[in-house]
Amino acid sequence: MIIDTVTETIEVEEGIKIIPGANTIITTIDKIVNWARASSLWPMTFGLACCAIEMMTTGSSHYDLDRLGIIFRGSPRQADFMIVAGTVTKKMAPVVRRVYDQMPEPKYVIAMGSCACTGGIFRSYSTVQGCDSFLPVDVYVPGCPPRPEALMYGIVKLQEKIRKERIRWSPWR
Amino acid sequence: MEPLEIAEKIKEKFPEEVKDIREFRGQVSVTVKKERIVEICRWLHDDPELNFDYLKDLCGVDYLGKKPLRFEVVYTLYSMKHRHMIRLKAEVGEEDPTIDSVVGVWRGAEWHERECYDMFGIIFKGHPDLRRVLLPEDWEGHPLRKDYPEKGPDKEWKGFQELLEKAKELRVYQWEE
Amino acid sequence: MGRVEKPLETREITLNMGPQHPSTHGVLRLVLQLDGETVVKCTPYVGYLHRGIEKLAEGMTYLQALPLTDRLDYISSMANNVGYCVAVEKLFGIEVPERAKFIRTMVCEMTRISSHIIWIATHALDLGAMTVFLYSFREREWILDLFEMLCGARLTVSYPRIGGVRNDVSQEFLDSLYKFTEEFPKRIEEYETLIDKNRIWLKRTKGIGVISAEEAINWGLSGPMLRGSGVKYDVRKAFPYDAYDKVDFEVPIGKNGDVYDRYRCRMEELRQSNRIIRQCIEKLPPGPIMAPDAPKFTLPPKDRVLADMESLIHHFVLITKGPMAAPEGEIYVATEVPKGELGFYIVSDGTGRPYRMRIRAPSFVHTSVLPRLSEGHLVADVIANIGTIDIVLGECDR
Repeated sequence: MIIDTVTETIEVEEGIKIIPGANTIITTIDKIVNWARASSLWPMTFGLACCAIEMMTTGSSHYDLDRLGIIFRGSPRQADFMIVAGTVTKKMAPVVRRVYDQMPEPKYVIAMGSCACTGGIFRSYSTVQGCDSFLPVDVYVPGCPPRPEALMYGIVKLQEKIRKERIRWSPWR
Repeated sequence: MEPLEIAEKIKEKFPEEVKDIREFRGQVSVTVKKERIVEICRWLHDDPELNFDYLKDLCGVDYLGKKPLRFEVVYTLYSMKHRHMIRLKAEVGEEDPTIDSVVGVWRGAEWHERECYDMFGIIFKGHPDLRRVLLPEDWEGHPLRKDYPEKGPDKEWKGFQELLEKAKELRVYQWEE
Repeated sequence: MGRVEKPLETREITLNMGPQHPSTHGVLRLVLQLDGETVVKCTPYVGYLHRGIEKLAEGMTYLQALPLTDRLDYISSMANNVGYCVAVEKLFGIEVPERAKFIRTMVCEMTRISSHIIWIATHALDLGAMTVFLYSFREREWILDLFEMLCGARLTVSYPRIGGVRNDVSQEFLDSLYKFTEEFPKRIEEYETLIDKNRIWLKRTKGIGVISAEEAINWGLSGPMLRGSGVKYDVRKAFPYDAYDKVDFEVPIGKNGDVYDRYRCRMEELRQSNRIIRQCIEKLPPGPIMAPDAPKFTLPPKDRVLADMESLIHHFVLITKGPMAAPEGEIYVATEVPKGELGFYIVSDGTGRPYRMRIRAPSFVHTSVLPRLSEGHLVADVIANIGTIDIVLGECDR
């Protein structure tokens, strides 16, 4: 089979074409932006309770989140997404919200653990029954606490979600 | 010293104050009136034979409808030197929920008393800094009282209510496109 | 020439630290009043993790309240469970069989190791030694794997039961644990070589956060915080529970009561815990793992419930009514958890549910001493002090 190297492009993946011989790739801005975003997700270290310990474990030597391009940041201004790890109490909820508001767009939220998802076993006067009552949650990771593998799976799911986004980069949205 | 001996000794020293002595599983509780609690604690702390220098725990208990005086403040004391333990209970009524603070005797009582105030609404007179410790400062009610519902009252705490309303506003413009 | 000498105008500033701050170990908030770099006033604010465990426990049966205790001090959940079980057993007057006692002691000490490992990791990380963090999480993972082998959970285990433990230990578990105890002393040395002679570490820990023995007692401190000041008080020795009176160990104490002495105390405790685990494996007696009257207090195994009528009835009654006939009375039972003295004060009114369950949390007391340690020192020392008091906010706020 003869390929016309001047006019024909080859589709290597859905939506990504290369021009042979010209060393050029043609794709949409969506694809490029999403690829860049998904490949270096920086979470905000926001350990609230028990799940924070498993989050630390996920980031430390044995599970090593760094290999996915994930580096924990201490400041919300430099973070891409927030892992709400643990029970959110009513006293803490305004603080969580403020930290979320301080993060630059685009921002995502992972609710880690049963408490952050639904309130868990703490159905009491001072616990918030799920942090989705005041935050837009993208991925729920249930478990009490979830294993590090579960959190990693949640992050991979978030990356999948980011890859499917459309015109999140434009001012009109 | 055996716990019962200690209890007897307290009764000997403060015959009018001690109301009840009770033993359960080798632990002795001495129920006293609240008026001279600081004096009793000071004496327990300073007496060379007793020397209760370590306050293990201080907490409140609500006996709603079970006892004539509703609250009890429980002091669990221990002596590092003599290695003995006693439990002191001061009765506090509902109409006048005040008791003298023992921060002057044991410095560690400060936060325990704050928590007791937070959870039961017992006011400790002479406390250096009596504020709520666990709940927000504008919280209404005292959760560990027996008539406080476990899931909280119908009226939400103001700070959280504001947050929910703010979240509702944002939901209209941002999240759902 | 015409310059007027005017003193430099200074004023105090207020700095808010937390509740979201990488080195406050959770959701602790400090408001610092600063004069330059010196802390004039330090006010801790806690309660950002107040979940109402004490209130929730009042509505639960004794058995149902067990998982709540996991989530108090989530780094050392096993020790919390044991503390709760020991308290309830004392209330009911249950005698635990010998084998269960040894197993409990063993898992308690494993928890102590894993908790102290987290402490050294985060404490060193805060003071600028990153490598310790990576090294020590390696061993922690090992312990968590052992826990998983034992009961299927990593962090919130709920393994001990009122009257014993849930399931027996396997030979495979004991073998791997023994292998761990052989290996672990070398690993402790590894951590020590990283920081023990490190000039930065010594500068930042020696002479910082000093508290004298009398003061420590008066403040009600416990655990390594108290022993670092030279007070030889350990609940395991003073009120022995489980099998602690049958194993041989020493209680390390410090001298100066500063951050460095407490660090030495905890490192020594790691070695002693290792020793206790070895003894427990060697001395582990055969026999039952549940008290003979345990069916009255503890759920029967699930497979029996599905096959056996009597177990089904037991299960039903325990779930609906709770353990019957808790004697009326009140007890305070303390156990030595890695952070210090964890006390359970349970008031029973004769029903199957605790009338009042008070948890005396060591972290709560230790947080209250933070102003005393920090005031008059530099801001950087506040970080060292937060690390040294070794708090877990879940337990502090309950």
